[in-house]
Amino acid sequence: MRREPVKARELAADKRADSFDEVVAGYSESQAFSEAGRCLQCKNPTCISGCPVGINIKKFIYQITQNDYASAYFTIRETNNFPSICGRVCPAEYQCRKACVLNKSRIAYASSEAINIHFLERFIGDYGMRHNLKVPKEEDARLSKIKVAVVGSGPAGLCCAGELARKGIKVVIFESLQSCGGVLRYGIPGFRLPDEILDYEINYLNRLGVEFKTNVVVGKTILLNELFQQGFDKVFLGLGAGVPSFLGIKGENLCNVYSANEFLTRVNLMSAYKFPEYHTPVNIGEHVLVIGGGNTAMDAARCALRLQKMSGIQPGVSIIYRRTETEMPARRLEIGHAREEGIEFKFLTQPKEFYADEKGFVRGLNALSCKLGDPDSSGRKRPVADEGSDFTIPCDLAIIAVGLQANRVLSSVTPELKTDKYQDIVVDPGSMETSMKNVFAGGDIVGGEGTVIEAMGMAKKAARAIIDKA
Amino acid sequence: MKIISKEVLADCAGTRIVKLTLSAPEISRKAKAGQFVVVMACEKGERIPLTIVGADSKAETITLIFQETGLSTKTLGALSAGDNLYALVGPLGHATDHGLAACGKVILVAGGVGIAEIYPVAKSLKQAGNNITVVIGAKTKELLILEKELKDIADKVYVVTDDGSYGRKGFTTAALEELLKQGEYDLVYNVGPIPMMKKAAEISRSFNTRAIVSLNALMVDATGMCGCCRVTVAGQVKFSCVDGPEFEADKIDWEELEKRNCMYLDKEKHICKLKFS
Ligand SMILES: Cc1cc2nc3c(=O)[nH]c(=O)nc-3n(C[C@H](O)[C@H](O)[C@H](O)COP(=O)(O)OP(=O)(O)OC[C@H]3O[C@@H](n4cnc5c(N)ncnc54)[C@H](O)[C@@H]3O)c2cc1C
Ligand SMILES: Cc1cc2nc3c(=O)[nH]c(=O)nc-3n(C[C@H](O)[C@H](O)[C@H](O)COP(=O)(O)OP(=O)(O)OC[C@H]3O[C@@H](n4cnc5c(N)ncnc54)[C@H](O)[C@@H]3O)c2cc1C
Ligand code: SF4
Ligand code: SF4
Ligand code: FES
Repeated sequence: MRREPVKARELAADKRADSFDEVVAGYSESQAFSEAGRCLQCKNPTCISGCPVGINIKKFIYQITQNDYASAYFTIRETNNFPSICGRVCPAEYQCRKACVLNKSRIAYASSEAINIHFLERFIGDYGMRHNLKVPKEEDARLSKIKVAVVGSGPAGLCCAGELARKGIKVVIFESLQSCGGVLRYGIPGFRLPDEILDYEINYLNRLGVEFKTNVVVGKTILLNELFQQGFDKVFLGLGAGVPSFLGIKGENLCNVYSANEFLTRVNLMSAYKFPEYHTPVNIGEHVLVIGGGNTAMDAARCALRLQKMSGIQPGVSIIYRRTETEMPARRLEIGHAREEGIEFKFLTQPKEFYADEKGFVRGLNALSCKLGDPDSSGRKRPVADEGSDFTIPCDLAIIAVGLQANRVLSSVTPELKTDKYQDIVVDPGSMETSMKNVFAGGDIVGGEGTVIEAMGMAKKAARAIIDKA
Repeated sequence: MKIISKEVLADCAGTRIVKLTLSAPEISRKAKAGQFVVVMACEKGERIPLTIVGADSKAETITLIFQETGLSTKTLGALSAGDNLYALVGPLGHATDHGLAACGKVILVAGGVGIAEIYPVAKSLKQAGNNITVVIGAKTKELLILEKELKDIADKVYVVTDDGSYGRKGFTTAALEELLKQGEYDLVYNVGPIPMMKKAAEISRSFNTRAIVSLNALMVDATGMCGCCRVTVAGQVKFSCVDGPEFEADKIDWEELEKRNCMYLDKEKHICKLKFS
């Protein structure tokens, strides 16, 4: 008889939502062993094709069944630099798990039967971290004179820096914010990815010799061509997609209407949840609406709920989404967590207009009901608003999480850098080189909002091209 | 990020204006009139925007002048020469648009600490060959800053104080109206509290004179990644930090900006009382 999938340990929903402590505790050794034992070790391991960096999933799972965790770690590290991070945030159900033969679902994401590859990866990543396992440096005398500037310290920048530094290349990371990590720092909250995990990886890069220059906006503090004048031979751009989209409806600039990026940046990067110990304020309300259906919306909603609980407010957070749960792009695990914590979902609802009190603070949302129509270019069914179905939802705080666009600070002052109509940087897909010679790019700044592992995949490809062309 | 020197420019009736000179080699080379930096005074501090009042690329320093209005500016004002800021980033925002460069006769109007913000612009517009008139105002004589510096560069300087203790008694906007009545000007450039900028914009409009303001929207990252600083200009949403901070005064939704700038009033008062009393 086939065994049941092993669930990872978690903090209970009623115990966790009043702090930013990590929710998922992961597998114990025996749980990992048991879950690994469910893997069929397929002759044709389809799972691998689902992973954007092609981790040898079958092999590392086999190594777990042999209790050979160190080998499992090095198997993953062949293609993924940050298993502890990916094991926590990778939307595996849309990627590797969806491609696992045990997956029974025909929709966009895997069913629970698929092997919990991400939890196994996290177990191994954390094992490696605890035992300080390191991929050996492969210094190459030919490369030791090369200097590379990495712009942006999100997963793309960090991954590229690590790959290059390991070969003995001198790398300097330039980051505009005061701390490194990109979305991993300012967007994804600590209850999904604790700061210590990120700090561990950053410290490791430090020890590899990577230099970090925070508070430098390339394009403002220093121009791209000046990096070359300063002696850098190549530049990698991991600028990310950090510019929030808005709905373009009336009332969107009212007080207490936030973009998810602003809300999350205040809470995560600036630690506003520890106000007044930390000086950056953030407001919270009794009825919070979060507009959107992606990971950003889930994170914003769960942060808002925590702020409510921490300030003694009866929780009241609703997610407003135009389609239904099936079409939501967020990770299924996190949709589940949000629901367990008490967040409500209002599906098939299209925002029309926010309204305010006399002081200009938002008081509610006028909305329309929707039906699902024919599939659009993304294959998801298109929501069609029902004219005349107007209704109102009271709120005193709203968070808009409807997508992000390319960071443009650098490209707007660098006309030689070719961008497409979305302002994403155009690259040669083989080498990730941009229209500017010796300038490479990867991550969300290429092809728009993606995932952490996709960003790292592009960064690795760029690192390889930089090494080959050096 | 080291503080090279500190000077208290004014300290009277509960208002303190402080000048800091900071070591900032890269910023000092790049800074242009109209641009600002973001400062974090300490690790737990806020990111606050402050105008680059002066930049000396030889000495590799920049100068900031700020009024202690709340916790973050007070924390900054409590630092001394030799101390380090936790973070300093810039120069941010667009430089003063040199479509204004040779536009002719310009009036720059500022009150209070806003005088610090028009100073670099006045200097750069003068260097670009314009005729510069400056109207500066303060509550009272002791709070007036940079008068001498402005007199050194401007063609004319008019001073007003609310209480008449120095210069003429009255408001800067009244002085502006009078000047526009008396002569033709090509541009009004204005920095100050929102009601003053709004009033100056109305006056300029009534004389068909183009007016530019540097807005003081609340900010967080100041690199275009949060939208905290959004303002409506000519019916379109703009991010002050990357699209501004200067905009055509005529087309700004002042009411919206005024309300948004009060979003954290309760929290700011609370924290300031908590930490500075
Ligand atoms: C709230 C949220 C939750 C998410 N959850 C998940 C998830 O669970 N799983 C998942 O796989 N993906 C998730 N994503 C998507 C994922 O985070 C991104 O795909 C990934 O971070 C992209 O990495 P990046 O390195 O390209 O860019 P980013 O992480 O955006 O980093 C870019 C960095 O570059 C810096 N920068 C930009 N311009 C400049 C400049 N001119 N000079 C200097 N520095 C500059 C920025 O400050 C930033 O630190 C989430 C995204 C968000 C916003
Ligand atoms: C581009 C730009 C350039 C600026 N340059 C300067 C400068 O050169 N010198 C200077 O003294 N100030 C300047 N400011 C304003 C400065 O950023 C604020 O005074 C500061 O953030 C206040 O922080 P605080 O914690 O000390 O006060 P808070 O406790 O945050 O606020 C105290 C009081 O000041 C008001 N206030 C807060 N922020 C602002 C703001 N951005 N604009 C107007 N009122 C505000 C609050 O509503 C409150 O009444 C600038 C602002 C911008 C956007
Ligand atoms: S990185 Fe993501 S997609 Fe690849 S194996 Fe790990 S969990 Fe699956
Ligand atoms: S497809 Fe699934 S069962 Fe088969 S090897 Fe991959 S993880 Fe194991
Ligand atoms: S301050 Fe964040 S976008 Fe302007």
